[in-house]
Amino acid sequence: MIDRRLFIGSAAAATALLAVPGIAVAQAPTDRRFVFIVQRGAADALGTLAPTGDPAFAGLRGAFAQDFAGGARVGDFFTLHPNLAEAGRLYAAREALFVHAIASPYRERSHFDGQNILETGGHAAYALRDGWMNRLLGLLAGAERRAIAVSATVPVVLRGDREVGSYAPSALPEASDDLLTRVGAMYERDPALHGAWEQAMQTREMAGDLAGGGRQNGGATGALAARLLGGTEGARIAVIETGGWDTHANQRGRLGFALRGLDAMIGALKGGLGAEWRRTLVLVATEFGRTAAPNGTGGTDHGTGAMAMLFGGAVDGGRVLADWPGLGASSLHDGRDLRPTMALDALIAGAAAEHFGLDPARAGRLLFPNAAALRPAAGLIRA
Amino acid sequence: MSEIAIAFNRFGLGARFDDSAPADPRAWLAGQLGRFEARPTAIAAAPGRAEVAGRLAAYLEEARGEARQGRRQQRQRRRRGAAQPAAPMENMQSGESGMRDDDLAGLPDSARRFIRQSSRQNYLAMVAARTAAALTTPAPFVERMVHFWANHFAVSADKLTVIGLAGLLEFEAVRPHVLGRFGDMLLAAERHPAMLLYLDQAQSVGPNSQAARIAARFARGRRPPPGLNENLAREILELHTLGVDGGYAQADVTELARAMTGWTVSGLSRGLAARFLGVAGNAGDFAFAERIHEPGARTIMGRAYRQEGEAQARAVLTDLAADPRTARHLATKLARHFAGDDPPPAMVARLTQAYLDSGGDLPTVYRAIFDSPEAWVAAPVKFRTPWDWSLAALRGVGARNLEGPAAGALMTQLGQPVWRPGSPAGYDDIAASWAGPDALVRRVEAAERIASRTGGQIDARRLGPRLLPAQLSPGTQAAIARAESPAQGLALLLVAPEFLRR
Repeated sequence: MIDRRLFIGSAAAATALLAVPGIAVAQAPTDRRFVFIVQRGAADALGTLAPTGDPAFAGLRGAFAQDFAGGARVGDFFTLHPNLAEAGRLYAAREALFVHAIASPYRERSHFDGQNILETGGHAAYALRDGWMNRLLGLLAGAERRAIAVSATVPVVLRGDREVGSYAPSALPEASDDLLTRVGAMYERDPALHGAWEQAMQTREMAGDLAGGGRQNGGATGALAARLLGGTEGARIAVIETGGWDTHANQRGRLGFALRGLDAMIGALKGGLGAEWRRTLVLVATEFGRTAAPNGTGGTDHGTGAMAMLFGGAVDGGRVLADWPGLGASSLHDGRDLRPTMALDALIAGAAAEHFGLDPARAGRLLFPNAAALRPAAGLIRA
Repeated sequence: MSEIAIAFNRFGLGARFDDSAPADPRAWLAGQLGRFEARPTAIAAAPGRAEVAGRLAAYLEEARGEARQGRRQQRQRRRRGAAQPAAPMENMQSGESGMRDDDLAGLPDSARRFIRQSSRQNYLAMVAARTAAALTTPAPFVERMVHFWANHFAVSADKLTVIGLAGLLEFEAVRPHVLGRFGDMLLAAERHPAMLLYLDQAQSVGPNSQAARIAARFARGRRPPPGLNENLAREILELHTLGVDGGYAQADVTELARAMTGWTVSGLSRGLAARFLGVAGNAGDFAFAERIHEPGARTIMGRAYRQEGEAQARAVLTDLAADPRTARHLATKLARHFAGDDPPPAMVARLTQAYLDSGGDLPTVYRAIFDSPEAWVAAPVKFRTPWDWSLAALRGVGARNLEGPAAGALMTQLGQPVWRPGSPAGYDDIAASWAGPDALVRRVEAAERIASRTGGQIDARRLGPRLLPAQLSPGTQAAIARAESPAQGLALLLVAPEFLRR
C-alpha cells in the first residue's frame, strides 16, 4: 500500500506528539537501538525497489527491468530486487518500511558534497562541522548516548562534541572491488601500470579472492555491529558504512552484489540482536539517486531522487511511503532523474524523534538546523 | 612535472598538505642544507646505544650459558650412547626480526624472548622515530639523503644481533655526517656496532695475532683456530666504496680484511677472554683489540700501509674515500636516484668531478645535483619505492607520526621493511623492483587504509593539486572527482600514476 502525502498535515504532527511522554522517562534508558547504514556512492533506488506498476518503468529501464522477475512484490506497485530476500521477509512481517522518491536538500551531483550534507544535516556542503547523529546524542540520556562507528574512524555523521567510539577488526579487509575497478580504469592510459594491473587482477581472480565477497562481508559486518550493540553494556547507536553503490557500468552485477551484502547485513543485525531487535530501528540511506535511464555502459549516472529504508521491530512497517512522481519524460527531474517528492531530513528527524520519544520539532531543529520548513515525519515507529 | 612538483616530490619526500609552494624551488632545496636537524626530538627520544647494546649483551650472556649447558648435556648423553640433538645456538637468525611468532619456531626461549623485546622496544621504536622525523622535517631533501646513505651502508635486521642496532647506524653514523664528508660517514658506518656485527667483522681474528697463537696452543688441533673473516672487507670495496667494477682483486679483499682485524664491539661479553682482549668496556662501543689484529704492513690496491693497529685500516678507508672509482660509484647511484634508472653519463661525470674537487664534501655534491638539468626533466623519472610512497602519502594527508607497529606492518606489507633489505647491498633503486603487479595491489590496499583513517575529512579534489602542482592529468582528476566517497577519492589520488612516480 502507498501512503500518499503521509508527511503532510497536522494530523501527522499530532500522532508524533503522542510519543512525547518518553522524554519524561529519559532517565530510565529505554534500551532502544538505532543503526544508520550509510550507502556511500548513490545507491540506485529504481534498481532496489522497482516501481513495476509505473507504465513507463519497463520501457525506461530496458534490461534492468528483467532483474525484478523473481523479486518479492511490495504492494501492487513495487517489486523488491530478488537479492533483498531478508528485506522482503521483514516487509511481510511489517518490520520494514520503504520510502521512495526521497532526497536530502542537495540538488547537485557530487558524492563528496552530497555525503557531507547527508551526514552533517546542513543545507550546504561543509556548512556544519558536526554530524546529525552526534547532535542527536545531546538529546539522549544515559546509556542511549553510547554510540559507535563500525569502522576504523568515525564518519562525519557521528562526529562532533559528544564522545563516540569506533571499532573495526584490526585486520581490515582487502581493498574493495569497487576501488580496484576504478584504479584499473585510471591506469588504462598508463601502459606500464595498465599491464601490471591487468596481470594482478587476473591473478586475483584465479586465486578466488572475489568469490562470495558481498554476502560474507555484509553478514560479518552486521554480526559485528550486533555484538557491539548487544547486552546491557553495549552501544545503543551505531553507524555502518557500505560502498559499491556507484554503479556507472555493469550495474546489474555490481548492484546485485551490493544489495546481497546489504541484505545479509540486515539479516545478521536481526539475528545478532535477538530480543533487542524488537526495540531496534535501522535506517538505510544514500546521498542521492541515479539517472532513471541506463547509460551507454550498462550503468546509471549520478541523479537526484533516491530511496530510504527503515528496518527493525520498532518500525511500523509493511508499507511504502511515496508521493510517486512518475517516470514519464515530463515527470523526471531535469529530464533525467527520479524526481524527489519527500524530504530525507524530515524522515530522519521524525524516525529518530519517535524512536527515542523526543519532541519532533525540537529534534528537527537540532538535527537539521538549516531546514526552514522541516516537518518531521510521523507514524513511523510503533508506539 | 612543474619545478615545484619536482622539488617537492623528486627531491623532497612529497609535499605535506600544509606546505606552501616555494617561490624559488632551487633556493628552497639549497636552504634545506642549513635547516636539517641531525638529532630531532623524535630521534633523540628513541632508545639509545646503551639500552640496545645492554639488552643484546644480556641476551648473549644468557645464550652462552644455555650453550654451555647444552654441551654438558650432550657430553653426558654421549657417554650414555644417546643420539646427539642439534646444536641449539648455531643459527640465531630470524626471518621476520621477531615480528611473527611462527618464524621463531625452533629457537630457544631466550632467543625468542630477545627477538620479541628488541623488535618491539628497540627496532619498532626506531622505525617510528625515523618515520616521525621524515614526516615533520624542515629539510625533506636531506632526510631523503639520510635514507639514501643508510641504504648505501645497509645492515639488515633479520640477523638477531642487528635487530636493535640497525636503526642506530642511521641515527649515529649517517645523520651526523649527511652534510659532512663522505669519508667521515664511511668511517663512522664501518666502526658502528651494527655494521661490525652484521658483516661479522667483530669476530674476525688475524691468523698471526697474539690471540690466535694462544688459541692454537690451547686447542692443540682439536678445534679449528679462530681466523679471518672477509665479509666486511669485501663489502666495503664492492658496495661502500669502489663498486663491483672498482678494479680490486681477491688479494685486496684479503689484505683489507687483515688490516681490519681488531675492529670489534666491546661489552658483549664479560668473560675472561673479553678482558684479555680489552673489549670488556661499555656495551656496544667500538673497540680496537690489538691482540686479535694481524701484525705487519699491508698492500691494498697497490699501495703499502705500514701503520700499526687501528690506524692501518683507517688509512685504507681514507684512501678509498678519496679514490676516483669511489666517486664514480657514488655519483652513479646518486644520479640514478634523481635522474632515472639509467643514470645519464654527463650527470654522473659532473657529480664525480664535484666529489673529487671538494674532497668528498657531500653538500657540494648535492648542489651539483641541484644544478643538473637531468634532475629537472619534466617527465617523472622514478617509480616511488614503498618507503618513498608511504612517506609521500602520509605527509600528503598531514600525518605527523605513525606508531612503530603500524609503520613496521605497513612497510612489511609493501615489501620494503625498514632496515631489513636482507642483504648488505640494500634495496634496489629501480622501478622494476617495485612496480610489480602484486606490489601495486598492496599499494592500493594501503592507500585505502590510509584514506579510510582520515575519515572522509580530506577532499582529494583540492588536495591533489597541492601535492602535485600542475601535474594531475584530466583523467586522474576525473577519476578522483567521480569517486563514490571522499575516502575513495583520496585513495585514488594516492595511487594515481602521478603519485606513484616522482
